[in-house]
Amino acid sequence: MQYLLMIHAEEGGWNKLAKAEQEQGMAAYNAYTEALKKAGVLKSSNRLQPSSASTTVRVANGKPQVQDGPYVESREQIGGYYLIDVADLDAAISWASRCPGASHGVVEVRPTWSMPA
Amino acid sequence: MSLPEGDAQPRDDARKTADAVARRSYGKLVAFLAARTRDVAAAEDALSEAFASALADWPLKGCPENPEGWLLTVARRKVIDMYRGRRRHEIAGEQLRVLAEGLDDAATNAKIPDQRLALMFACGHPAIDAGVRAPLILQVVLGLDAKTIASAFLTSPAAMGKRLGRAKDKIRQAGIPFSVPERGELPGRLDTVLDAIYAAFTEGWTDPGGTDVARRDLTEEAMFLARLVTELLPTEPEALGLLALMLHAEARRHARRSRHGDYVPIAEQDPALWDSQMIDEAEALLRHASAVDSIGRYQLEGALQSAHVYRCRTGHANWAEVVQLYDALFALVGSPVVAINRALAIAEVHGASAALDAMQEAAADGRLAEYQPYWAARAELLAKTGAHAEARHAYEIAIGLERDASVRRFLQQRQSALAP
Repeated sequence: MQYLLMIHAEEGGWNKLAKAEQEQGMAAYNAYTEALKKAGVLKSSNRLQPSSASTTVRVANGKPQVQDGPYVESREQIGGYYLIDVADLDAAISWASRCPGASHGVVEVRPTWSMPA
Repeated sequence: MSLPEGDAQPRDDARKTADAVARRSYGKLVAFLAARTRDVAAAEDALSEAFASALADWPLKGCPENPEGWLLTVARRKVIDMYRGRRRHEIAGEQLRVLAEGLDDAATNAKIPDQRLALMFACGHPAIDAGVRAPLILQVVLGLDAKTIASAFLTSPAAMGKRLGRAKDKIRQAGIPFSVPERGELPGRLDTVLDAIYAAFTEGWTDPGGTDVARRDLTEEAMFLARLVTELLPTEPEALGLLALMLHAEARRHARRSRHGDYVPIAEQDPALWDSQMIDEAEALLRHASAVDSIGRYQLEGALQSAHVYRCRTGHANWAEVVQLYDALFALVGSPVVAINRALAIAEVHGASAALDAMQEAAADGRLAEYQPYWAARAELLAKTGAHAEARHAYEIAIGLERDASVRRFLQQRQSALAP
């Protein structure tokens, strides 16, 4: 099954870190990504630009309404994601708990729309 | 279907056999059917249709030699039909093949692998809402209907049905596995399963008079589940501790009420009315558990029951030991309920004022305001210190919070025994 691991974290958190801490954080994420690849479970992943770069779009009366900012204004935003393919929820939880994001934020584990094979 | 007069006997036999199979194997069959698809609701629907077919078929053709295998074969065909009929885009052809595989073996194979433990771990998974785990296990493993479960958990059948349905959807959609966790994860995951079983037991236990049939049944069902876990995981000390705790509580059921239906506290019970066979079994389980040397909540609670029984039987006051056990339990679970019981034990060793002081911290927990045993304990302790007016007030609230009439009467007697 495929699961999307969404990293919710405080947006300002990263910039408050000292340079050495940022480097350490990057290294931890790189190592985690490498481990997922090595295990053959990583489908895709990326870090996201801050939510200030977000734009929301909805169509009302046939006209696109475009707005600056994220859908939900909140201190915590999705900062990145991993799409993984594993056997079941326990395996997904096990990977989520290793994600550095689970320590500095919260990792939401969500299955994609498909049945177990 | 109507059968001619003379055929009442085979119909009865068919029902008896079906009931026996349901009792013995319901969870086993659901587990087997759902393990591949993780679709618990579909497995239950198919199984209930299979039982209906059995009641129609067996009186005419006689009960099959292997009723479980018969039911499993019919239920699996129904699951396959269900998936085909619904043309569910989610179900792959591969899955249908897996389901159909070995279909005919099942009827001849006497042994259906017991995956009930895996099913319990799925229902008691931490990703399932904690409040619905116990009802879910009762329904899926034992086949209790939503109405019975709802009445035990004091909710409406419709609301309970909805919560159970949501939980089953979660199992399927989130891909919760049907498996016994690995050694390293087992203790933590087992805790959530044991907690669910204990919740089912305590729901039944709140009707100590045993007048409400659904509730009384629930304690039996919970004990059946606890026994099942100890049979399948015979070396898990907490599972043994839980069964011991339940046996101790159950052993005193008949002594908790006088002949007139009045509530009798443990100190005033007649030990001759206790079920000594259950107590012996509980003691043996606790000894067995302690050999593993991994203490936990249920072993401690079992040991406390054991200490109470010892004291009441021998008249040998062991309150210092009881306080120690409560200290350990409080350190482990930190619940205000434990703090209250600990305070009552402290009263026996150091007096009522010391106990009231000990309870002060727990009282900061807002949940206690609506917790009858807190007010009853407080009233008891206040009465002992001579603070009768305050004690009367605390009894008043305890009486107002109680839903069992005989306990209410008991508290009223205590209240009116206070000096004016």
